Amino acid sequence: MAEPQRARPKPTPETQEFWDGAKAGELRLQRCDACAHVYFPPRPFCPSCASRKVSTFKASGKGFLYSYVINHRPAAPGFTPPYAIAVVELDEGPRMMSNIIDCPQTPEALELDMRLEVAFEKLDDKITLPVFRPAKG
Amino acid sequence: MRKNQVAVVGAAETTELGIIPNMSQIQLHADAALNAIADAGLKLSDIDGFATAVESPQQVCHYLGIKPTWVDGTSVGGCSFMLHVRHAAAAIEAGLCKTVLITHAESGKSMIGKLPRSTPADSLNGQFEAPYGVYGPPSMFPIPVLRFMKTYGITHEQLAAVAVVQREWAAKNPRAMMKDPITVADVLNSRMIAYPFRLLQCCLVTDGGGALILTSADRAKDFPRKPVYIMGTGESVETPMVSQMETFNSSRAFKTAGPLAFKEAGIAHKDVDHLMIYDAFAHLPLFGLGDLGFMPHEETGKFIADGNTRPGGKLPLNTNGGGLSYMHSGMYGMYALQESVRQMRGIAPAQVPNAKISVCHGVGGMFAASGTIVFTNER
Repeated sequence: MAEPQRARPKPTPETQEFWDGAKAGELRLQRCDACAHVYFPPRPFCPSCASRKVSTFKASGKGFLYSYVINHRPAAPGFTPPYAIAVVELDEGPRMMSNIIDCPQTPEALELDMRLEVAFEKLDDKITLPVFRPAKG
Repeated sequence: MRKNQVAVVGAAETTELGIIPNMSQIQLHADAALNAIADAGLKLSDIDGFATAVESPQQVCHYLGIKPTWVDGTSVGGCSFMLHVRHAAAAIEAGLCKTVLITHAESGKSMIGKLPRSTPADSLNGQFEAPYGVYGPPSMFPIPVLRFMKTYGITHEQLAAVAVVQREWAAKNPRAMMKDPITVADVLNSRMIAYPFRLLQCCLVTDGGGALILTSADRAKDFPRKPVYIMGTGESVETPMVSQMETFNSSRAFKTAGPLAFKEAGIAHKDVDHLMIYDAFAHLPLFGLGDLGFMPHEETGKFIADGNTRPGGKLPLNTNGGGLSYMHSGMYGMYALQESVRQMRGIAPAQVPNAKISVCHGVGGMFAASGTIVFTNER
């Protein structure tokens, strides 16, 4: 029997560009051409001013640890507890849920406000997932 | 909406609460509904308005044999019933119906006839949260806590005290699931669920249900029970993704719904005799006290740890024992409403003496939605 798998995202027409970006090693965000608002998750209009003129750009991939839990039970399929479920605030403004790799999954190691940088975890041929690790230097 | 124009004239929970292996979810709806109808001295044929959540109104109406002229299937999580009360009050005032039944039931523990909850892989939650290992409310709802603690200087001991104080209330309630006294140390030594929260800071998982009956205040005086008036109401939604909240330092939905209800009721915080804040997890009373404007968020942890919300304290909070100790079938808002109604009728197991105004504040999803009802027993 196959091992239980981590939940796989299924892109929609509106989010395909984001997932294509992750596959290419880019964290992509969107910016409104009218009011300059930067937002996430992806959608083809600005949730701040309703303009349909928006552009996708490559984000810096840098941010900080905004908050997290360290999940012990029940564990999601494909995860070995304890593991941190984090929310990262990107330097461009939006926040996203993520995991923190290359770091012990402990309260001592996971300090709020610590600097993070994006990394990419290939799940399969279709999906690569952006995750974060402590920033170097 | 004008205040005190609509009243609760029937209120009841299911005959049993806790673990009910001999009843399906739809039968729990019926059991609560029949108890509320009996409480109001009505017949099923008197009901012309109906609201419920998760289960469809047509499902429950057909099962009960109700033929409504007004229905509301608003389903925004555990506070759906606060929104139903608000919508029902507006509908009664507008003349769309005369007598509304609101039901909740969930076979949360026994899982008999329970509708599956799922997150499709192409939903926004499925794409941008599920892949990171969220798995049920304990892995999601506490995500804002560490930021909230850092911003306001809230301690682990203060968040443990929430569970301790609520257990004191539960000890006075024969229907509470957990009644044995606990200490802050017990909470901090209980099994880790999702750091920073441990088992005793997470809600129970039980079976049960509840139902309310509302009618116009003018008709309410002819009913057998003391009417409980709807004095003020508020509601809002924010986001189904906890990661996308505007801030983890407060809940936008709370900050919208709460003040709306206070304004409509025309009351100040000092007027509140009794308070319910939906406590799926131990941080919710702190968010609620701050977001509803009772005090700055910085003071909420100390306020509870100092005993101000315990039996005999100046702001009795979650007097049934709450979702942490009374019961939590999955959508606890109905039980918070039931306790507010009992307090306003003067029949609660842990009755607050001379309570005249009760505020009942609910959350739906992981801070996704909110509803607030202000009740009074004086018109």
